Amino acid sequence: MSTYNFDYLDELEAEAIHILREVAGQFEKPALLFSGGKDSITLVRLAEKAFRPGKFPFPLVHIDTGHNFQETIDYRDQMIERIGERLIVGSVQESIDQGKVVEQKGKNASRNALQTVTLLDTIAKYEFDACIGGARRDEEKARAKERIFSVRDEFGQWDPKRQRPELWNIYNGKIHKGENVRVFPISNWTELDVWNYIRRENIELPSIYFSHEREVITRNGQLMAASPFLNMDDEDIVFRKQVRFRTVGDMSCTAAVESEAILIDDIITEISASKISERGARMDDKVSEAAMEDRKKGGYF
Amino acid sequence: MNILKFFTAGSVDDGKSTLIGRLLYDTDSILADQLEALQSSNRKNDDGTIDLAILTDGLRAEREQGITIDVAYKYFQTDKRKFIIADTPGHIQYTRNMVTGASTANLAIILIDARNGVVEQTIRHSYLVSLLGIKHIVVCINKMDMVDYSQEVYNSIIEKYKVLAQQLKLVDVNYIPVSALKGDNIVQNSERMDWYEGESLLHFLEKVDTDSLEKSTLARMPVQWVIRPQTEALHDYRGYAGRVLSGTFNLNDKVTVLPSGASSVVEKIEFFDQTPDAAHAGQSVIIHLKDDVDISRGDTIVNASALPQESKLIEADLCWMDGRALDTSITYLIQHNSKLTKCKISEILHKVDINTLEKHSAEEFKLNDIGRVIVKTADALAFDLYDDNRANGSAILVDSRTNLTVGALMFRAAVE
Repeated sequence: MSTYNFDYLDELEAEAIHILREVAGQFEKPALLFSGGKDSITLVRLAEKAFRPGKFPFPLVHIDTGHNFQETIDYRDQMIERIGERLIVGSVQESIDQGKVVEQKGKNASRNALQTVTLLDTIAKYEFDACIGGARRDEEKARAKERIFSVRDEFGQWDPKRQRPELWNIYNGKIHKGENVRVFPISNWTELDVWNYIRRENIELPSIYFSHEREVITRNGQLMAASPFLNMDDEDIVFRKQVRFRTVGDMSCTAAVESEAILIDDIITEISASKISERGARMDDKVSEAAMEDRKKGGYF
Repeated sequence: MNILKFFTAGSVDDGKSTLIGRLLYDTDSILADQLEALQSSNRKNDDGTIDLAILTDGLRAEREQGITIDVAYKYFQTDKRKFIIADTPGHIQYTRNMVTGASTANLAIILIDARNGVVEQTIRHSYLVSLLGIKHIVVCINKMDMVDYSQEVYNSIIEKYKVLAQQLKLVDVNYIPVSALKGDNIVQNSERMDWYEGESLLHFLEKVDTDSLEKSTLARMPVQWVIRPQTEALHDYRGYAGRVLSGTFNLNDKVTVLPSGASSVVEKIEFFDQTPDAAHAGQSVIIHLKDDVDISRGDTIVNASALPQESKLIEADLCWMDGRALDTSITYLIQHNSKLTKCKISEILHKVDINTLEKHSAEEFKLNDIGRVIVKTADALAFDLYDDNRANGSAILVDSRTNLTVGALMFRAAVE
């Protein structure tokens, strides 16, 4: 018998590929939710490994808040060009223009919460029955309890007490009309696993993940990119800093961290030594201790 | 570095959440902002230290009630291994969650409160571990600090547990005296129990040799998806995508495709841009066969030298997981890897009282009931016995009225 080296990244990868293929096999109209962040970029690589030389059996869906970092949009468009797959964009601006949601006011206004409506509308419009997302269980305590196949009702709601038991490697994707399933192939990965995988696979990322000089302000003790999307006034002092972003989200709610990390190796070293978890840099999680639980119940990713 | 998946069985009172909290805390797996949230929480131990149990309960509903209502997954790693913990509640009404957590674990930690010894709940947890076929067991005798770190107490509990282990035919059972609250023998060996000569829990978890499915002679790959690009350049391309459940497929191996029974030979194995000579247990690959056989999702490719069983009538252990009781008059769906077909539970052979392990006949099967049944399937399943091959010997039942997963099945025999 030949010996083979099957390390933890290989195992996580094989599990994720298995899950992606289950989505292909079990659903009529799946979609891959693509945010432009490292987790969904990892999903794209995993989908390539699951389905090449064939096409993906699903389109990529980007919920565009209109407040994205330009670097993310550029990355997205170049990537779509490279992989030759279909991209559907759901626009939060459109939801605002149609009067379906109202822009938040005040200093901490963000479009993060508005995304949920656009997401649910996009799911309804294209009749997606499964949406693949890059959420991980190590991110947050509500996520730690979510299944890999997570059934949502017509209103996108997650009910933690009504979750289906998920046994062995068998995923039950049976749903009623109107319901859909959120599927999380990298549930069992940690932030460090994702970075180690990106390094191993030599995956290109949007430039904002790496150290760069940027105009920032301090808001609630955190560094925020100065931008027209942030409601700023005279009290906000703009200054230049060497920073990077640990997650890619709406410009109005994603905080930067001071960093000199210019290579993936630097980032891995930084994270290994870091004492702040990734979602700690997301202001939207700080509102209440149960913030994520509430958002998920309301249909959030 | 590989992954060890383990689960912990014990109730809130046994200090299970504290044990997990301690493993995370002492391996430096808690980040500053999480720790800050902990410190600002008003739940503290009597001596004012952080209540580590808070690390493992997630949802507000649980915090309000002070209970764990579901399976929570936790992650940590050392330089030797990555660990995935399935934290499952130990209350009797949550048997279904324990079965869920245990189904993917290679190792189980069973917690015993040193003050109470082997109790009804220990029997229940140990039975579930044996039912789910978990090979490695660590019995942690916890709260040793409450019994003055007494070797006599520890020994007498072990003696009692050994009787149970024998009764349940548990194979690899290990014992460690610990105090999760004080950190004794969790990461570091405790100076307060110098009579204990074994390893700390973490050191044990780091080096325990988990079963390698690769060693199995049963090569199995359920086909999940057929890849057919149908482009000009790849006009005749036809690859069968799936994850190898067990065993190894080598180039030129003779294989059989089930249920058709068609024979062929492995012509090529693909993994993205690589074309390896073999596909091993755990790997997600694409297999190409020499002959043009009709294969679709739900079929299984197996090595011709070790065929699985094939039957429409299977004896199985069933754990019922739904609030609505089993109805032997209706048709359910059964999902066995990528195969989905209809079935009925044609007979309830017996039910097991998981507190006493006594078997008795039963008419009904309700939430958290466990017992032996006969499953009658519409299409024959190509399966192995659960004890020989967990991944190909298990299935779930789905109620097509609600689409909920209502039962877990472990195949024990083909009915002649």
